Amino acid sequence: MIVAEQKPIQEIKTMTAKYQKILVVGCGTCVTVCMAGGEKEVGIIASCLRMALRIDGKDPQLIEDCIQRQCEWEFVDTLKDKVDGVDAILSCACGVGVQALAERFPDKPVYPALNTSFMGMPKEHGLWVENCRGCGNCGLGRFGGVCPIARCSKGLLNGPCGGSQDGKCEVSKEMDCGWQLIYERLKTLKQLDQLEDILPPKDWSTDRDKGQRRMLRGDVYYEQTV
Amino acid sequence: MNKPFNEVAPLAEILASGEFVITSEIGPPKGTNIDKMLHHIEILKDKVHGMNVTDNQSSVMRLSSVAVCHIIKDHGGEPILQMTCRDRNRMALQSDLLSAYVLGVRNVLCLTGDHISLGDHKGAKQVFDIDSVQLIAAVKSLEQGQDIGGNKLDGGVEFCVGATATPEADNMDSQLLKFRKKVKTGAGFFQTQAVYDMVRLKSFMEHARKSNVKILAGILVLVSAGMARYLNANVAGVCVPQGLIDEMAGAEKGKALQKGMEIAARQIKQIKDEKICDGVHIMAIGKEEIVPEILEMAGV
Repeated sequence: MIVAEQKPIQEIKTMTAKYQKILVVGCGTCVTVCMAGGEKEVGIIASCLRMALRIDGKDPQLIEDCIQRQCEWEFVDTLKDKVDGVDAILSCACGVGVQALAERFPDKPVYPALNTSFMGMPKEHGLWVENCRGCGNCGLGRFGGVCPIARCSKGLLNGPCGGSQDGKCEVSKEMDCGWQLIYERLKTLKQLDQLEDILPPKDWSTDRDKGQRRMLRGDVYYEQTV
Repeated sequence: MNKPFNEVAPLAEILASGEFVITSEIGPPKGTNIDKMLHHIEILKDKVHGMNVTDNQSSVMRLSSVAVCHIIKDHGGEPILQMTCRDRNRMALQSDLLSAYVLGVRNVLCLTGDHISLGDHKGAKQVFDIDSVQLIAAVKSLEQGQDIGGNKLDGGVEFCVGATATPEADNMDSQLLKFRKKVKTGAGFFQTQAVYDMVRLKSFMEHARKSNVKILAGILVLVSAGMARYLNANVAGVCVPQGLIDEMAGAEKGKALQKGMEIAARQIKQIKDEKICDGVHIMAIGKEEIVPEILEMAGV
């Protein structure tokens, strides 16, 4: 899932202070699960923002809502009536949701209430970790199901650097060395021999380097035109 | 005592000769004042077979290693260009390799590089487009007259290619995996991370000797007991035995550096006498003027 965290309320206040009527809208999917921008958090963010603005002598009108997914038109379109009556939108979704609202409501300013952090999962209650960088060419089969791009701090493909100690990364003693995990996992699977291949430089053209990535599924896409 | 190196023989020749090889390090300055660095180059150039030039060492932005290699060449020394994968993508790395070659540099040491967050531009975007094994492969490709995009070059390069190893790493199995790949890709010599424990160095060498490559043991001169403790606590793959820490701590006031030099000299002598490695790489980090004295104390 996409993991995000709330921006400092001061930053949200700075972005939205000049508006009188603001729609604060949450998203019921990833950011609800990671407790950053669901229905409950919309309530908290709106209350905090209201208090912060009142301290400055303002009395804004904040309208709260939460839709199932801010990344699909079907749900975004249900906001139309509410959007018509406000000066600005504060989106409590990931960056995808913020941009969907901006595209659907071209005459309304849209602001992000969250910082979109990464694709990952809750490792423990209250602890989320990044496990995928979305590089567009998955090599997990080769690495025992542990991604060196996402989990080695240098994204190395041919083995660990010299900065690994006690199974931890040189960046932080809290961070596992991704290569140690890969090595141990393949050792357990008795597949260490597959690490002996010398991997050539990665083709990053499937990563973000070619601009906005798009995926066209012909079978689905053309169906609608028939 | 080694013969003087006025007419500097290429490092490759020395490595092949079987002579005990001595390299040291020049740290480019943070800024354009090169006076102190020139002083160190003058001191070292006739005392060592090669001078590594660090590449934005510890992720701290400095004068470039290519420029300093050229300066060393101009002053009659034998530079070893350190190249890390942190700051340049495959295009910039290859371009700098070509540039270094036309400036007379003939030795390159391929490294991964420290993480950007350890340095003085913590918010910078690090690169790591390729890794150290792939960088070695890139050098080899340029030698064959083509870049790693498969495009033909008008004039190639010829480098003596080295890499690094970590004899005291606690993840020795996976480190040896990387070592094997570096050898297979074409690294001809290795300069190791600092080693202090000769037993562990010997154990690493049992593995390394299976490959036909030259190994230069990293000698990092201790300047205090505090430095030794710091290395143990903060630098991966470095392990100063308690005995050496005690020895440093027991040094008379003001004599700690002298003690560190004695320890370095003793280890160099042991490595040479017992033929543990093919040479040493001495790191004095900003105190390069002590290197000749250490070599004298070691009798090399």
